[in-house]
Order: sequence, then C-alpha cells, then structure tokens
Amino acid sequence: MIITTTKGEMDDSLLEKREGSIDNDIELTTWVEYYHEGELVHRSAHVTLKTSPFTNLVAASMA
Amino acid sequence: MTATHNFGTSPIRAASTADTFKAALYVTTATVNAATTVYSSTNEVSGTGYTAGGITVTNATAPSSTNTSATAGVGYWTPSGNLVYSTVTLTTAFDTVLIYNSSQSNAAVSVHTFGAQTITAGTFTLTMPTNTTTSALLRLSTT
Repeated sequence: MIITTTKGEMDDSLLEKREGSIDNDIELTTWVEYYHEGELVHRSAHVTLKTSPFTNLVAASMA
Repeated sequence: MTATHNFGTSPIRAASTADTFKAALYVTTATVNAATTVYSSTNEVSGTGYTAGGITVTNATAPSSTNTSATAGVGYWTPSGNLVYSTVTLTTAFDTVLIYNSSQSNAAVSVHTFGAQTITAGTFTLTMPTNTTTSALLRLSTT
C-alpha cells in the first residue's frame, strides 16, 4: 500500500507502522503513524465525538 | 435551528437556502469555548494543506424536531458528512473545532473539544455521530 509521507509517496513495506486509540466519555479516537528510519513521516487521526460540551446556538429556535 | 442559524430551508428570510457552515481547528492554547460568539483566526491551526477558516460543513439534512406546540421535545441536527481535513500537516497540537455560520457574519454555532492531535502528511477526520435525538451533534431540548 502506498502511503503519503513527508518524503513523498512511499510503500508501506519500507515503513514502521504504529497505531493507537483512546475511548472515553468524550471521544473515540484512533490514529496511525508511519516511521521511516525512526522519523515520523505520516500521522493521521480519526475522532468520533460522543458529546457536545459547548453548544451555543445563538437565538436559535425550533424548526 | 432555523432562525439565526438556518440549517434548513423552511424559514422565511431574505434567503431561502440553508446557510453555509464551516469548521475551523484551534491549537491547544486557544481559548475557544461556550463564550465564543464568532469565528476568529487567532490561534487557529496553520500548516500545509490547511486553509484559514477551515472547511465547509456538508449540510444536506435539515434539522429535525420532536416537539409540538403542545409537547416538549428535542431539536437536533448533525452534519451529513464527516469533517475531513485531507493531506495536511499540522505540527502544533490542536484539540478544538469551532463550527460557525459563514453566511451570518461567522457567528459561532458550537465548539467541540477532543484529545490533542497533530497530523503529519495525513488526514484528520471528525466522524459525525448518528443524527438522532440522543446522539446528534447539536441537540436542543424544549419545554
């Protein structure tokens, strides 16, 4: 698989892959990192929000 | 949800179309919270692939409500697509997204926080919850 990195497109066979996640009351987050010779060259993250702690609908009304 | 912020098309206003909403990311040192009333570029993230002001929120679904004139209920709305910042490099940690109404003087709609993230030549995705009375991104109870 080809990965977009800071050094251009690279085959994942050349990279070390690390993954992680966090799951709490606020979010479910996963991330993936690729390293080339010990250097971080790609990091993506995906966050699923579970709550809306600060919602401010100014002067809104129901439809 | 269809007054100041027009997520749908039913209100009678000068414009009969839904407003345009955008989503901007902020670094961890930013003060963006319930007191925020308008979009600001102060402490907004910056980096390769990211445009100041953020991305446009996909809004193909008008808000829903369960209340009637006689009974309480819930008004709710969720963007119809995930918020996706593709092929960006954001090296300063960020933890906040502000959704704001770019059709109404950039008025703030909602602020959402999450664990601090950085992105390196990658994609940051905020996956939207299911659009229901109990899980929608924006929910307003009526009495």
